[in-house]
This record gives sequence, C-alpha cells and structure tokens, in this order.
Amino acid sequence: MSEIIVEELRHVYSAGTPFEKTAIENISLRIPQGQFVGLLGHTGSGKSTFVQHLNALLQPSSGRVLVGGTDINKDKKTRHDVKWQVGLVFQYPEYQLFEETVFADIAFGPKNMGLGREEIEERVREAAGFVGIEEKLFNESPLELSGGQKRRVAIAGVIAMRPGVLILDEPTAGLDPAGCRQIMENIRAYQRQSGATVLIVSHNMDDAARSCGRLIVFDHGRVAMDGTPEEVFSRPRELISIGLAVPQATALAMELRALGVKLPEAIYTHEQLLAAVKEVRGC
Amino acid sequence: MLKDITLGQYFPGNTVIHRLDPRTKLLWVVLFIVGLFQANGWAGYALVLLVTALVMALGHIRPKNIFKGLRPMLFIIILTAALNLFYTSGTPVRPGWIVTWEGIARAVKMILRIVLLIAGTFLLTYTTSPMALTDGMERLLSPLKKLHFPVHEMTLMMSMALRFIPTLIEETDKIMSAQKARGADFENGSLIQRAKALLPILVPLFVSAFRRADELAVAMESRCYHGGEGRTRLKQLVMARRDWIALALGLLFLAAINVLRHFGL
Repeated sequence: MSEIIVEELRHVYSAGTPFEKTAIENISLRIPQGQFVGLLGHTGSGKSTFVQHLNALLQPSSGRVLVGGTDINKDKKTRHDVKWQVGLVFQYPEYQLFEETVFADIAFGPKNMGLGREEIEERVREAAGFVGIEEKLFNESPLELSGGQKRRVAIAGVIAMRPGVLILDEPTAGLDPAGCRQIMENIRAYQRQSGATVLIVSHNMDDAARSCGRLIVFDHGRVAMDGTPEEVFSRPRELISIGLAVPQATALAMELRALGVKLPEAIYTHEQLLAAVKEVRGC
Repeated sequence: MLKDITLGQYFPGNTVIHRLDPRTKLLWVVLFIVGLFQANGWAGYALVLLVTALVMALGHIRPKNIFKGLRPMLFIIILTAALNLFYTSGTPVRPGWIVTWEGIARAVKMILRIVLLIAGTFLLTYTTSPMALTDGMERLLSPLKKLHFPVHEMTLMMSMALRFIPTLIEETDKIMSAQKARGADFENGSLIQRAKALLPILVPLFVSAFRRADELAVAMESRCYHGGEGRTRLKQLVMARRDWIALALGLLFLAAINVLRHFGL
C-alpha cells in the first residue's frame, strides 16, 4: 500500500550561495499505512520542508523517500504521479481556490489525473461529503463562501484524488473554535473510513493529543522525539525547552501534582484529567 | 527558483557609497550613463571601467554579485556582440574571413557598454535601500509639483510596488506548489496548454493581491494617511560635504570623457 519510508533525508536551501541553509538533516522514519501522525515543532523547525519531500515537491539534497516501496524521485513520471498517492494540503489552502464553481475546484485534481466524467463526479460528491460541503453549494463561486467553508472545499480538492496518504499543514490555523472542531472531525472521519495514513502539522497540542496515535517532534531540522502521545507528553520539560507547549490538561495536571495531588503520569486530554481527578476524590 | 531573482536587491552596508544622499547617487547614475554613451575610444571606456571598479571597491560590492545580476541579460549581450562581430565591414582578421578587426573592436565595446550600463544601475540599487531611493526621487522631481504633477503619489506607488515584489514572488511560489500538489503541470504540453495552466496561479494571485491592497489601504487610513500635503519625514535628506564632492567628481568625470572624445581616444 502506501507505507512511507524516509532514509537519511537532508535538504539544503540555496546550496552554494551565501544564503545556504540546511533545513532538515539526518531524518529517517517509517510510517506504516493507516497511522494518524502529528508533526510538531516550532516555526522554522523544518516540518514544512519535510512534508514537501513526501510528495516530491522538493527533491532531497541527499537521502531517499519511498512510498509504497518505490523511490518517488526515481524519474519525472514517479515524481509527478506520487501526487495522487500523497495528497498535500498547504497552510491556508483557501488561497489556492480559483475555479468558477465549488464543483469545478474540487474536480481540479481528479481532472489532472485524467479520469472520466462520471468518475470525477463520483469523487467530487464523495470528497464534499467527507468535509460536509452540501451539494447545493456546488454551483456557487468558491470565493464567496465563508472562511471555514472555503477551507473545507480546498481540503476536499485534495481528498477527491483519494490519496493513500493525506498530509495537512496546520489545517485549523485561523479558524474559530467551531470551525477547528469540525475540520478535525472531518479529517478523523476520513481517516477511519478510507484507512488512509494522515499526517497533520500542528501547533495545537490539544488537537495533536486528541487525534494522533503517534507524534513526531522536529527541532532544528532533526527529529527530536518520536512516539505515542503518552511518551512524548511525559517529557514536558523537553517540549518546553524546544519552544513547544504541552496540552492544557497536561499543564494543569503538572500544577496539581506540584500542589501535592497524587495524579498518574501521562495525562494529555481533558477526559483523562477529569477521570483521574474523580478517582483521587473517590467518586 | 523564483526567489533567486536579484533584480533591485539591496545589500545593506555602511560604506561611503551607502552613506551618500540618494539624490547624489541618482544624479551620478545619470552622469555615468551619459558619460558611458559619449565614450567612443578605448581610453574613454577604460575611464568608465575604472570609475565603476572604484565605486564597487568603495561600496564593498563584489564582482560576483554584479555578474549574477547580469545572467538574465546574457542572451542580449551575446546577440549584440555576435551581430557586431559579423556585420562590421573593415579589414578581415584573415583574408576571406567575415570577422574583421573593426568588428572585434566594436563587439568588445558593445559588451563593455551593456555590462557597464547594468553594473552602474546595479551599484545604485545595491547600495541604496528602496525607501531612500524613492525618497530621493521624490525630492529630485519635486519641482514638477508646480506643474501639478503628482510626484508624491507617484513615488509612493513606486515604493509600494518595490515593497511588494518579494511578497508576490513568495506568494506565487506558494500557489504554484499548492497547484502542483493537485497535479497541475506547468512544464509540459503545447504553448496553449501551458498558457491555460497559468490560470490556476493567476486567479488566486490576483485575488490575494487585491486583498492585500485593500488591507494596506485600511491600515494606511487608520493611521490617518492623507497624501503628501504637509507631510514631514522621520529621516530628512541632507546634502553633506561628501555629496557635493561626489557631484563635483561626477561632473569632472563627464568633462574628462568629453575631452577624451574630442581627441578621439
């Protein structure tokens, strides 16, 4: 299927000029099919550079990226075709909408794949369904929708390619809380129903704690931590020292522990905290 | 790739050249270009070359940076040189050849002229911030205000355009990546197909440019911007002694070129 294997990946921007900068270095990872992975790291830690290697938008300075066993940079064709397999949703994707209607914009990807009309229509309906865009909006101009709706149309445009791997760069940035919740629910539903691998770049530790089965923390272009949310959030001091935060529930649990309340380690969602506090109080 | 365009780039520094008043530098560039086009003998070209090298040394601008900026012009330079090389009549280098000694001389002079022309203007933008440049332009053109020419508005538009070039380049890069991720193909296909493929870039780019323009207008109005009338500046342009000396040297340079030209050197 679409297992991702990254070997010794390194990328240098503007190589050979005074502006030369190593963005990522020495990254080796294996992401099996179907995992829900959160990529954490502060601005400039290399996570955006990293995800652009996974669909061959950027070519490695050294190292390899394999998707489903094939080196995606093998030749021009694999570099192009890997885009159907690995769908990448950029930050603020609503700024890339350009078609006259919502339907046509979602259909842009499938059309580039060279699919037939019926197949395209089926995929557009399916993708719109995943992100909760109603069919009555299909003939509207995407530029006249609300911010949250635009974002969901843009995500549908990538989902419509039915990628085995879906990567989203900060999908909830700049949305109101209701919009954030809805988008995260849409993504989780897509992952459950399609069995796709999902990678989410995020600054929101609560989202990451809630949705992801695995967290990869980037720092200065390297992988600083890689593990389950329990493992990663049980090292709060390290996280804070590289400029990240812990989920609100973990922070609160730390404060409570400092006050002498006996709480178990590895608390990172509100539900876990609530359960632990209830247990301590004996109810 | 798009980011590598050096057009109009500014290299911050604190050399004599950087400290000169932008008006002085603008006038110098005018004098320099006039001198360059008046020079017709080898001595004249040597003088222009010498002046350029001197300014580069004083401004700490490396030849490498000039040559990097020349790269987009390479085709025009080669074409001009080739035309002059093959289409100048005179004594052939060897009997029967089309290439003449006069042709070689003219080709070299044309290359020098284009390279020096570009180098001169690059030295201006490399050592003067866009802000200072438009300020200087505004002051130099201010006599035109008497003729109701909107000098302030024009220079404001210029500085905004300069300010937004890098932003729009970055934006274009981003939109291109996003559309490529959806399988858009900008490199293959016929001319018409490729022109059509630009649509997914141009529409979002225009939308965002208008949005930015709108936001900028609101930001300016909320800070009570009301045009150039009665507006004061944080940084006043002052002509120092070095500026007058530089201008005197500029006139001397032009005079020297004309003397050389008079004697056919």
